[in-house]
Amino acid sequence: MNTLPQPFTITKIVDENAVTRTFILDGALAAEPGQFVMAWLPGVDEKPFSLAAANPVSLTIAAVGPFSRAIHTLRTGDALWLRGPLGRGFRLPEKMTGELVLVGGGYGVAPLRFLAETARARGFPVRAIVGARTSADLLALDALAALGATVIPATEDGSVGRRGLVTHALADALADGLPALVCACGPTGMLAAVGKLCDAAGVPVQLSWEAHMRCGIGLCGSCERGDGWLTCLDGPVER
Amino acid sequence: MTLSCDFLNFTLKSPLVLASGIIGTSPALLTRAARAGAGMVTAKSCGLAPRAGHPNPVAVDWGGGVLNAIGLTNPGADAEVPLLVETRARLSPLGVPLIASIFAGTVAEFAAVTEIICRAKPDLLEVNISCPNVRDDFGTPFAALPETAAAVTDAVKRAATCPITVKLAPNVPDIARIAAAVVAAGADAITAINTMPGMVIDPVSGKPFLSNRTGGISGAALKPIALRCVFDIARAVDVPVIGTGGVCNGRDAVEMLAAGATVVGVGTAIHTRGVDAPAKINAELTQFMAQNNFGSIAALRGRAL
Repeated sequence: MNTLPQPFTITKIVDENAVTRTFILDGALAAEPGQFVMAWLPGVDEKPFSLAAANPVSLTIAAVGPFSRAIHTLRTGDALWLRGPLGRGFRLPEKMTGELVLVGGGYGVAPLRFLAETARARGFPVRAIVGARTSADLLALDALAALGATVIPATEDGSVGRRGLVTHALADALADGLPALVCACGPTGMLAAVGKLCDAAGVPVQLSWEAHMRCGIGLCGSCERGDGWLTCLDGPVER
Repeated sequence: MTLSCDFLNFTLKSPLVLASGIIGTSPALLTRAARAGAGMVTAKSCGLAPRAGHPNPVAVDWGGGVLNAIGLTNPGADAEVPLLVETRARLSPLGVPLIASIFAGTVAEFAAVTEIICRAKPDLLEVNISCPNVRDDFGTPFAALPETAAAVTDAVKRAATCPITVKLAPNVPDIARIAAAVVAAGADAITAINTMPGMVIDPVSGKPFLSNRTGGISGAALKPIALRCVFDIARAVDVPVIGTGGVCNGRDAVEMLAAGATVVGVGTAIHTRGVDAPAKINAELTQFMAQNNFGSIAALRGRAL
């Protein structure tokens, strides 16, 4: 199970919002949506990122800490090393009667983009609820729409789309008619609320959790969430 | 035919022992390993004070094995005690003994950590004198010389209220001499071996991959080294040996027993085969024994000696 870090060259950088960029790299990974990679800059750090796309490999990264700010200093032609793909991703059923509803909060939208791409390629109808604090923080609306998803933005300040949290928009969607599957990624509180809503409605749900990731390969135990559940091996998607 | 076997005063349901440092110190994770078929489980090594460990990257599978330098992440001995107590309470109904593991920077500190950790009443105490990833004060000096290894063993044995197993390093000129020294100093068992120091270097950047630059090799690459060490130890001393290093499947476990191991450690297999690796290895071991007419683990022991 060779997971040596492989160097990729950045071919394109897309500004998503004031603090978030998508880095498009010069290669592909055999990955499923929801899987993650450990991105490494020699001498700096190594951290987990969900794949926003696998062919070409794309990572959507917000500059929120020293390592992500270091990645943001990279330019087209620079190298970024990736170890992976790692973990278990979202699992789409063979056939789906009804909609796939995606719920993304903040930077959690990144892996849902990859999932939307995969679902649309199979002809599944996709509704994407994308939430953020303000309109300036929203991510990937155009990319999701271009994939053919019905996009429902939600902002806490009401500057774009539905005013309130993604969970409010999800409750609306569930009242409209039950989807075949709900897949969500975002902050812990949001995921817990999404899980609760779906369980109450009897809708299958898959949740992608974040964790403090160190080895990424099931050895160190740092990413344990709850009762012995390893985010790196058992997740990051709980399904 | 049975996998049940004896180790010191314990009767184990399987000869497989979860190695120290694998999936941490969490009671839930250690219990999960026990439910997955480990006959004993070892908690991650614990020192006197809390340690965050090394920054990332801390591990990599380079294809031939795994290199890691987690850096002895632990909550400190005082905080470790309630975790061990809870783990023992969860393991007890499963009939799985708990091995606590300790490290320290000085002989006196080893004794101090032993006293604290023994409050949790572990079934066995592993004395880690051989972690390769912590420079200067920790690990390497103690396992490298018979005198220092014996001094630590003696101090821990005097402070301990349970049997002790001393974990040896492979990178010594004559591991049998170290084994003899720790047994003479009171070791009830020996755990062999810890990881082997090594490096993974990225050819493009020219930089070591791990933040610690060097790390410990485990997995497939370690197995032949571990077999030789266990073989040398088993010929030199009479105490039971927890043979650890690169055991990934049933045949590997059979080889380790043949080299003289009493029971068999499993670590990196959790990465290569999943958290239920012990169950898979137990099944393969059972199949091997059935096909080759071995009725017990004892019958597999020491055939290479």
